[in-house]
Amino acid sequence: MSFTPLKLPDYHEQTVEVAARFRRIRERPVVLRVRDLHKTFGINGHGHVAFEKMSLDVHRREFICIIGPSGCGKSTFIRIVAGLEDSSGGEILIDGRPVSGPGPDRGMVFQGYTLFPWRTVKQNVMFGLKMRGQDTSTADAEARQWLDMVGLSKFEGAYPHELSGGMKQRVAIARALANEPRILLMDEPFGALDALTRCKMQSYLMQIWKKVDVTVLFITHDLEEACYLADRIVVMGTNPGRVLEVIENPMPRPRSTDQLISPEFLALKHRLDELIHSPSETEEKLHLIKLTQAGDEVE
Amino acid sequence: MGLRDWLGLRHELPQRRRLVLTVLSFVLPLAVWSIISYVPWIWHPLIRVTDPGGVDYFMNGMEIDRAAFARESANAVKAGLKAPQGYRVNPVYIQPPHAVARAFYTAFTSPPLLPTEPWLYQSLGHSIRTIFWGFVASSILGVPLGILCGTYRFFAKLQEPFIEFFRYLPAPAFGALCVAIMGIDDPPKIAIIFIGTFFQQVLVIGNTVRKVDPALIEAAQTLGAKGWRLLVNVVIPATIADIYTDMRILLGWAWTYLIVAEIVGTMSGITYFIYQQARYRHYDNVYAAIGMIGVIGLTTDMTLAWLGTVLFPWKRRARKATRPEHKALPAVLADTLEKESSPPSSAAPTTNLAGESPRPLTAKA
Repeated sequence: MSFTPLKLPDYHEQTVEVAARFRRIRERPVVLRVRDLHKTFGINGHGHVAFEKMSLDVHRREFICIIGPSGCGKSTFIRIVAGLEDSSGGEILIDGRPVSGPGPDRGMVFQGYTLFPWRTVKQNVMFGLKMRGQDTSTADAEARQWLDMVGLSKFEGAYPHELSGGMKQRVAIARALANEPRILLMDEPFGALDALTRCKMQSYLMQIWKKVDVTVLFITHDLEEACYLADRIVVMGTNPGRVLEVIENPMPRPRSTDQLISPEFLALKHRLDELIHSPSETEEKLHLIKLTQAGDEVE
Repeated sequence: MGLRDWLGLRHELPQRRRLVLTVLSFVLPLAVWSIISYVPWIWHPLIRVTDPGGVDYFMNGMEIDRAAFARESANAVKAGLKAPQGYRVNPVYIQPPHAVARAFYTAFTSPPLLPTEPWLYQSLGHSIRTIFWGFVASSILGVPLGILCGTYRFFAKLQEPFIEFFRYLPAPAFGALCVAIMGIDDPPKIAIIFIGTFFQQVLVIGNTVRKVDPALIEAAQTLGAKGWRLLVNVVIPATIADIYTDMRILLGWAWTYLIVAEIVGTMSGITYFIYQQARYRHYDNVYAAIGMIGVIGLTTDMTLAWLGTVLFPWKRRARKATRPEHKALPAVLADTLEKESSPPSSAAPTTNLAGESPRPLTAKA
């Protein structure tokens, strides 16, 4: 048996519309500017590089995905941008102003469920508003609007543990957005969900992003997720963690799941695959104890 | 109904069986006690004399060791005198269940033997007051300090090493000192309960607070909370239900310090009652009084546990919601088999606006 591989287009090829869209995005102001950001951990006196110097400009209402295998420092990167960890050097600017420490201008949605279990769904969404000093009735009305947007109005009085994983993450998104952050940081937010829920959550996120003026920085290790969501995809590699390539996604918008079998999509996914599963890693010799003698006759 | 249904490893028991076992946990010790009390040939080491016969120092109603009775009886018969008669009894400090049960009531209704002595309800009231003030004094200082230790490394390092040392000093050891400083009335007793509770309290609550999920704090930080507002709006609400549970356990410990505390200085409260009744050889009252401490402790704890489910609804529901996940494998398999053999379930999952089916809200019902 042999098979003919599909003839895929070059992932750099963009239709006129897509190219025009990227031009428009580049003309928008830069919301998040990262300059020479790098991070080294000290482990037993040895410096371990989490990621090398990294620079990135994220424009207003742009959707950026950062993708890479585990250990490439993508999570550390987003946590530093959120202000939850210190960098070893470099600069983070929001609207041109340098920031340090966590703040409501950078909303975050975590992979784990971080809703406050003692607060109802609505009270969770109100948290940031109350921290900003809004009075209860205004915060209440605003929280209801955000819950309506994520389709959970009916559950405003429920406690987080009464919700499914997908619903919890929708509340977490509503809670982060209610603060009207300049940028929404999402650290593998759908990583803990099952495949079906995950698909639904991706299309919700697209719908929300269309309605709300928000810039998104989204971490994932799922190639299809990145292809489906992103305007630009930042591909990171390991040892040391570094940016391998920043790819402009050639898939036109609005996106639908039908596009997941288009040649452009496959070309893009193929390229991401190449970058992430680079030969240097797959060819590494593994010293495994042989447990079977099956040889080549497995099939 | 096989053995596995009752003794499966981590196997959940249905409510009926749980109830049966709960009742048994009280019935079994009661049965042992009844057997010892009522079955004459089980223990009953003494003989109560009903007829002295030919033994000159025996008297009616006298209780004597079985071996001595047999010896004297044999001597009397050998000397050609009448053998003494008697029946087997337990020593007075073994009281049968019915006597203790009766004492639970009569101890309250019978007036004290001396006019200067308190009634039982007064003794109990005194004990409860002592515990209450000791525990309140300890909590006013201990809870905030524990929260600070659990939240800020500064306070933890400043306080905990000393407290860690101090908690090994047994509270009763301070009895003489407390009396010297505070006199012989209630203050030294309250102080001993304070010493016994406070140091444990700081450490236990500190540890509970340290267990706050750091992700919750990070989430709050990205939502704009910082400094003391983080403490008030995240750390405290996140731990308050667990602190409450700690307090219930600590209150139990406070009760264990009560008896030693009440011996210090002038003996008071329930301890005074128990010692006094033992002196009068009213052992039924002694058992009843000890039992009352248990009843008061258990009732308080159950009331507080119930109050906890009212105060912290998210905890109550969380516990109920997680129960099915503890199902052992055989039960899960049984459920699946049942579903396969029965017609399709009519319970359609409720669907929200977005078309995603939520976890059924069984816990709410």
